[in-house]
Amino acid sequence: MSFISLLVDEPGRNVLMTGNEAVARGAVEAGIGYASSYPGSPSVEILANLGRLAQKFNHYAEWSVNEKVALEGAAAASFAGLRAICVMKPNGLNVALDSLASIAISGIKAGLVLVVGDDPAGYSSTNEEDSRPLEKAAHIPVLEPGTPQEAKEMTLFAFELSEQIKLPVALRCVTRICHASANVIVGPVEGGCREPFIGTDERFITNVALHRVQEAKLARVRHMADTMPFNRYTGPEDAKTVVITAGVGFMYAREALAELGLAAEVGILKLGLTWPLPEGMLLKYLKTAEKVIFIEEIEPFIEENVMHLAAQHLMEVYPLRFYGQKSGHVAGQYGPGIGEMDPETVTRALAAVCGKSYTPPVAGEFLKDAMPDIPSRERAFCAGCPHRASFWAVKSALALDGRSPVVLGDIGCYTLGLTRTGFNLLQTVHAMGSGVGMACGLGRLADYGFHQPVIALVGDSTFYHSALPALLNARYNKSSFLLIVLDNETTAMTGHQPHPGIGKNAMGEEGLKITIESVATGLGLPVTVHDPYDVEGATEAVFRSLQAEGPRVLVLRRACALVAAHQGKRPRVYVDQDLCIADNCGCNRFCNHVFACVANIWDAAKNKAVIDEVLCNRCGVCAGLCPVGAIKVEGGGRVD
Amino acid sequence: MTDVGVHNIIVTGVGGQGNVLASQVIATAAVESGFLVSVGETFGASQRGGSVMSHVRVSREEAYGPLIPRSRASVIIGFEPLETLRTLAVYGGSDTAVIMNRRPNYPLGVLLGDFTYPDVDRITEVIRANSRSLTVLEATELAVAAGLPVGTNMVMTGAFAGSGVLPIAAETYEAVLGGLFSGEMLASNLKAFRAGLGTVAAPGEARN
Repeated sequence: MSFISLLVDEPGRNVLMTGNEAVARGAVEAGIGYASSYPGSPSVEILANLGRLAQKFNHYAEWSVNEKVALEGAAAASFAGLRAICVMKPNGLNVALDSLASIAISGIKAGLVLVVGDDPAGYSSTNEEDSRPLEKAAHIPVLEPGTPQEAKEMTLFAFELSEQIKLPVALRCVTRICHASANVIVGPVEGGCREPFIGTDERFITNVALHRVQEAKLARVRHMADTMPFNRYTGPEDAKTVVITAGVGFMYAREALAELGLAAEVGILKLGLTWPLPEGMLLKYLKTAEKVIFIEEIEPFIEENVMHLAAQHLMEVYPLRFYGQKSGHVAGQYGPGIGEMDPETVTRALAAVCGKSYTPPVAGEFLKDAMPDIPSRERAFCAGCPHRASFWAVKSALALDGRSPVVLGDIGCYTLGLTRTGFNLLQTVHAMGSGVGMACGLGRLADYGFHQPVIALVGDSTFYHSALPALLNARYNKSSFLLIVLDNETTAMTGHQPHPGIGKNAMGEEGLKITIESVATGLGLPVTVHDPYDVEGATEAVFRSLQAEGPRVLVLRRACALVAAHQGKRPRVYVDQDLCIADNCGCNRFCNHVFACVANIWDAAKNKAVIDEVLCNRCGVCAGLCPVGAIKVEGGGRVD
Repeated sequence: MTDVGVHNIIVTGVGGQGNVLASQVIATAAVESGFLVSVGETFGASQRGGSVMSHVRVSREEAYGPLIPRSRASVIIGFEPLETLRTLAVYGGSDTAVIMNRRPNYPLGVLLGDFTYPDVDRITEVIRANSRSLTVLEATELAVAAGLPVGTNMVMTGAFAGSGVLPIAAETYEAVLGGLFSGEMLASNLKAFRAGLGTVAAPGEARN
């Protein structure tokens, strides 16, 4: 597990690795020279690990400012002859797609592997986008691992394939690969090319005339696919029912068939390469089977493409029947294609198609009788999060302002601004930086009768990732709005990666800090910086900035509470229960009910406020907000 | 239980409690002991007050997928009473053994006054009536006493190790911790782990 398993020097050793670690290990074993990424769940730990491994294995690794730049850098390394890996979330692929589509036309030199971590059910994403249709649109092959071991093997294979056909190759992982762990057998680390060079006669040009070359490359992969080791069939050769699956769906299907007693009669065709399809191999089973069931995560990508193939060979496959998302047989709680696959959904689908009786487990009946109304758990800003205080300052400033505002949001931690922990302030949430572009639009409408004050909120990492073009646009087109950057001096949502404002890079080297205020000043925008822990001062700063005109920037800066809690010993924050007058106060239990910090709990026995000191990160903000001063910072000082 | 041959272990709690580390320590100890292991982590909500759960599947014969089917948990290691109850209701059954930290972590809706956190004794009673066995620990207090307030996860890992569900010696877990931590951090993590180990190694105690 963890970082140490990545350093194992003994080929053949069996260690526990996450899928992300396995991809990083695969990249190292493939002898990469270049790795780049912008942090995004669930694949963030791949580059985080490659950064830590950079010195030992003599490769370069960077957190790029966004996915487009990350991919362009990796492609350039490939042009120079270095194997390169570029990692992103599906939303990141949207950002990088323009470059990917053209790099896939120009072709590459050394292996270029694109890893995309899809997040079925959106456990840590705003959506559950399936990256495969985009990879297909870009005309590149797609590999899908089903276990961490396979993630490592496929990473190695992806480099070889990429070099054979001179195309980027996508490795599509999902959360249940990235964040799953399992036994992985480590292999030897190959020394890759370390003499990067681009010859004067080498060209990497995007040109429509190369479309035919691109198609020919894909045709070659399609031909190779039939004998690729990752496309494999298990089960009786003449099975009348065949499951076609990829990724982690294979594990669920295998377990479900065993559960239903169908392992001896139903075959499983597990596709490792899901684009282009191994057509010859597929047709062999489509011709002999009577029923085919598709198990895959998010969109019916394999399902639709196999159905197209079958339609081309209609008479040969007749009277084959298809079951999957399209037929409605493979459907989770919210319907086909929504949410992630799970063992029960797969078992239910296979039972229905195979005519087996299956009674889903009756879970939790006792709870309905014994405790019917247990509280749900909604997400909240961490105890001590500086930007709970920021949202409170914005809310207070807007109340003082009195006008009807529009507050535009961002993804990441600050999406919580639309929930109760952020006082329900956000009115829009879209892609990274979208709120700033939207503010540009609204801020230009005064001449057309729109007079509401406009606030866009972004995190610090988003500021660098994608707020800059919108800010430039605002300055150029004379739009008027307030951009508030909720700066916690890290990319917190994905586990504290550095960005240009931090200075430190992915390999741990110290470097130049490019501050938000220097960038904003460079764009000619007025910029103010304030500490959100000084709630009163921050409220005043928001209020004053709201009254100004034109595009303007307010940075509310304070390190992420989780980082700060690890770094220093702050004085204890506690409630002097002799001073707390509880429900006689008229504050409506401000610390507990209103400010909604998870450490401000209530002592039911005494009916007084109390702080859960295990959860408290000692920001001391509540001490300043308690109307009777019952919350104390030990030593009487303020938190610095 | 039809899962002969596979131990389905669930570590459940709230973001920030260190579930993932606990599941990784258990899984690594199992790999080091020659088992086939598969872990599914659901930690999108980690650090932000959401429910967090790890599925650890340990087998001698066959690799399993990363998710445990409903009602098939053999052990639930609950870092928080309400989450333990919630997990038992979905993944547990009358054959499930439960090890639970007694200390509540209040959901936002409770803090805001929308709901009342159920009485912990009542939660304990319901869990006991609907599981094979229940071991209750004051894990957070033990962690604080060990000098590591964030060490609830290590206390719970120790309690699991001591339960003997997996035939893995405490020394194997401790060696895994030795690979993860050094110096003072190793000492306090080991202290927390041993505090948890002690609660179950002495049968009859802390089993209220």
